[in-house]
Parts: sequence; C-alpha cells; structure tokens
Amino acid sequence: MTLSLPPFLACCVLITVGVTLLLERSLVRALAGVVVLSNGVNLLIVTASGAPGRPPFTGTAAPADPLPQAMVLTAIVITLGVTAFVLALVHRSWQLTGSDEVRDDTEDRRVRLRSRRGAD
Amino acid sequence: MDRLVCVPVLLPLLAAGVKLAIGARLRHLQSVISLVTLGLTLAVSVLLLLAADARGPLVTDLGGWPSPLGICLVADRLSTLVLVVSSAVTLCVMVYSVASAYAEQEHDAPMAIFHPAFLVMVAGVADAFLSGDLFNLFVAFELLLSGSYVLLTFGGTESRIRAGATYTLMALASSMLFLIALAVTYAAAGTLSMAQLALRFTTLPGHVKLLVELTLLLAFAIKAAIFPMSAWLPDSYPTAPAPATAVFAGLLTKVGVYSIIRLEALLFPGGPVGTLLMWVALATMLTGVLGAVAQTDLKRMLSFTLVSHIGYMVFGVGLATVAGMAGAIFYVVHHITVQTSLFLVAGLVERRTGTTSVTRLGGLMRAAPLLAVLFFVPAMNLSGVPPMSGFLGKLMLVQAGLAAGGRLPAMLVAAGLVTSLLTLYAVAKAWSAAFWRGPRAVLPGTVVESEEYTGEDPTVTTTAMPVALPVSVAALVALGLSFTVLAGPLSALAQRAAGELMAREPYVVAVLGRPA
Repeated sequence: MTLSLPPFLACCVLITVGVTLLLERSLVRALAGVVVLSNGVNLLIVTASGAPGRPPFTGTAAPADPLPQAMVLTAIVITLGVTAFVLALVHRSWQLTGSDEVRDDTEDRRVRLRSRRGAD
Repeated sequence: MDRLVCVPVLLPLLAAGVKLAIGARLRHLQSVISLVTLGLTLAVSVLLLLAADARGPLVTDLGGWPSPLGICLVADRLSTLVLVVSSAVTLCVMVYSVASAYAEQEHDAPMAIFHPAFLVMVAGVADAFLSGDLFNLFVAFELLLSGSYVLLTFGGTESRIRAGATYTLMALASSMLFLIALAVTYAAAGTLSMAQLALRFTTLPGHVKLLVELTLLLAFAIKAAIFPMSAWLPDSYPTAPAPATAVFAGLLTKVGVYSIIRLEALLFPGGPVGTLLMWVALATMLTGVLGAVAQTDLKRMLSFTLVSHIGYMVFGVGLATVAGMAGAIFYVVHHITVQTSLFLVAGLVERRTGTTSVTRLGGLMRAAPLLAVLFFVPAMNLSGVPPMSGFLGKLMLVQAGLAAGGRLPAMLVAAGLVTSLLTLYAVAKAWSAAFWRGPRAVLPGTVVESEEYTGEDPTVTTTAMPVALPVSVAALVALGLSFTVLAGPLSALAQRAAGELMAREPYVVAVLGRPA
C-alpha cells in the first residue's frame, strides 16, 4: 500500500490541534477542537484508502475505492448533527451561568469544600 | 424469518419519527405507540432468539447488496440473547416513564421529546447488537449516543448541562478514536465486514493486528467505562432523569462490553491482549467498588458499582475460553436487568422524598416498605448473595478462572470475591441508612454540605405514586429473579452462545455463505 505524505502530515497537524483544543475548559474551544479533529480523522480515512488521483469510473484500470468516501460522508453528517447539539449546549450553558466554561464535578467540589472546612 | 432481523432497528426508528411528527398532542396515542413498539420489538427479539438458537445465525443483507460488499445485520445466539434482555428492560423503563409522565399533568415535554429520543437510543442499541459491519457499528453507536445526549440533558437544568457537556465531549472523543481505528482497519485489511475481517486478519502480520486491535479496544473501552477510562460515568449518569439513567446504566455500557466480546472472539481470537484485559478488569473492579463504598448518594454509589461490575465481564472476555465467555455473557444478561432496576428504585426514592442523598434519607422502611423491598432484592442480587443470578454469574466466572489456571486468573478470582464483598458492604450501608434506620431528615451533629449534589430535579413530586411505577420496577426485579429459576437453561444458552462465538465458523459461513 502507498501513502502520500502531505495529506498524512495534514492529518497529524489537524488531529494534534483538535486534541489540544478539546482539552480546554471552554465549551466553544472544545467544540472547535471536535470540528478540527473530525476533519483530521476524515482526511485520515480518505488518505488510508489508497493512492490519490485514481479515476472514479468502473471499467478503468484502477478505479478509486468508493467505500471510504461513503464512510467519510456519513461521518461528516453525524459530526454536523452533534456539533449542532453541542452548540445548543453552549447556548444553554451561557443562558444559565453566563459563561461556557465547564465547572468542576461534584466530587471535586465536595473534596475542596471538605478540605476548606478542615482547614478552618 | 431472516427479514425479521431488521425489525428491532427499524421499528423504534419509525415510531420515533411518527412521534416527532405528532408532537406534544394526543398523549394517549403517544404512549400507546411507544409501548406497542417496544412490545413488538420484544416479541420479534424472542422469535429471533428461538430461530437463531435452533438454526444458527440469521443474516439480512441491507439494500439487497450481497454480503462482503453491502452492510448486513447478523442475529446469532449472543446478539439475540442480549437483544431480548435489552428489549424487556426498555419496555419496563418505558412503562415507568409513561406512568411518571401521566402523573405530572403539567409537563407535555416528556412525551414530545423524551420518547422519540428514547426510541432512537433503543434502535441504536439494537443496531449495535445486530451489526455485522464495523462501520455500521459506528453508526449504531452514534445513533444511541445522540439519543442519550438528549436524554441526559433533558430539561436543561444547570447540573444536567454540566454533566451533559462532559458526557458529550467524552463520547465525541471516543467516536473519533473509533473512526481512526476504522481508518487503520480499512487500510490494513481493505474491508470492514466483520466476517471478512475475521478471515483477512489471519493473514496479517502480528504487529498490524495488534495495532488495529488496541485502537478498536480503546474506543470500546471508553464506551464500556473500563478503568482508566471510567471517570466520566459516575460524573454524568446520576444527574439524568431516573428512567434515562436506568437505561443508560443497563444498556449503554453493555453495548461497549458486547463490542469487546465480539472483537475478541470473532476478529482477534487468542491474541496477546487477553492478559491486558485481565489487568484492566482487576483495576476496574477494585477502583469502582472502592469509589462506591465512599459515596453518600444512592445514584452515585450505584454508578460506581456499575463501573466495578463491568470488570467481571471484561475478566470473562480476557480469559478467552468458552467457559469465560459464557460467564461474561451470563453476567451481561444479569447485570443489565439488575442495574436498571436499582436505578429505577433510586428514581422512585427520589420521587418519594426529593433526594437520593443517604445522609438525608431515613426511615423509608416504614414510610415505603415496598420501595425497601424493591431496592433490597436487586441490591442483594448485584452483590452476589446465593442463590440469585449475581451469585451464579460470579460462580461461572470463578470456575472459568480457576479452570484456566495460572497466577493472573487466580488473582482476578480473588479480586472478584473481594469486589463482591465490598459491593455487599456498599449497598448494605446505603440500604440500612436510607431504609432501615429511624426517620430523621438530617443526622444530629452533621453539617449538610451545601454544595453536595441534591438531586435538583424540576419534576420531583412527592404526590401519590401511580400504581404502574412500582409495578414496572417490580416486573424488572422479578425478571432479575427469574434468571435464578431459569439459571439452568440460561447458562446452557450462554454456553452455546459462547461456543458458537469462539468457533467463529458458523458466523463466517452464515454471512459469507462459504466456509473459512
């Protein structure tokens, strides 16, 4: 199997950027991370499916494989739907708290409360 | 008969569409549609189980495309068995949520949004169980996840939005990992049909196989909440509405476990990953149950036991023997039922008292004896008190572990027994505090922690409970108990399912129409 280097490098960059953004506290940044990450992953699927530049017609010598493209299309549609949902979450979070930062979980807050009480 | 395989996927999806079109009107019609749909799904699943047990795997090629090219749905013993249990459980949960929606006359939203999301999730779960293609499995995961996003953030209160944000991002990250795994698999093997992959992987070099296996396993392990990828679960599940948490706890993690069983048995039999799985099973059991012991909230405690008991199933898979797989399958069946009923009872407690915090509850034994019994029976079942199915499932795993021999399986057997004991401690502690001790809202001398999760749920009512609520929970508890009575036939079926799974030949022949 041959793999062309430039798209593969692009995948690496996109996935790295996506993961970095995903680790942020702010929901909007995390969402941007998801969008970039999913583009990187989709590009990876296309890249992994074989050498670029082959004709899309059957009957030619080495036609392009249509299956990865169908898969990427499905993945794009799914990401679109989930992105819309996360945007709604961001909006609701902003309505309720005035920010889009994800708060600490219950356990963390309880431990902090307890240690503060112990210190008093 | 083969055509029926797509019914458990299509019927709930169709019903969800119809219900979205109806909207908030015609409440009676809405609940009739939901209940009839899930009832029919259950009936079809039972038919499929009987057929698959008698005749071997049933296969339907979707869209008329022949098998390695198109996507197929495969119903073998394992998938139909879990399908039957999940349909029965979702039916009970639907009865519960219909009854509680009727009790709160002012809320129209449950019917208009909750039910379609629930049905989409049920369709996704069925699709994941029946899928014979890895990409279709991905789509099934997305289907059930998108339903679960809506259910988890239902009502849009602050705590649910917070939990929903963590849950959604976590699920998205695992979906991306799954897609990367699919890209790697496709590049390595040139197909995503599971039967064809099973054949092609035998010719691939070991390190490529290991890479593919580990990436897929990582994606599934996040879904199944296996340590160290389990922290998201106790953080997000307890805030959701009771029926949603119940069905999440019962089904969603089991879909991950099911995928791991399928992956290990069909695609990568006898690989080196079994040892790794046993180590993570050990860590999952112990960290989960230690978390459960430390909790003061019923729902959070139950979430931690859920994580802990996933370890048992992973242990069975890691053994990679027919006996181990059979134990894991039996345990999946038992755990779906028991964990769902426990979360539903926690929902009933919350409904009755407005809280699930053990520090505030008390005296429920006298105030609501039915709830006390309904919690006690599945709690004992979960912790493996003989002769209930929890005990039998653990016994099957212990026997399989001892039969496998070696130091690691023996360690896991010991860890399993310790986990079982600590589970008993955790649930008994919670039960005696919430139900058995005298009625006092707050223990004298304790400071109520202001930031503690209080179950802030806008729909909490302490009004009279409609009869259908406890009846639906009682039906689930009875289903859990029936596994004790039917333990003989059920464990024999689990053995046959595991045998078929490990043989691989029946599955591959049924899908590809020729021997491996």
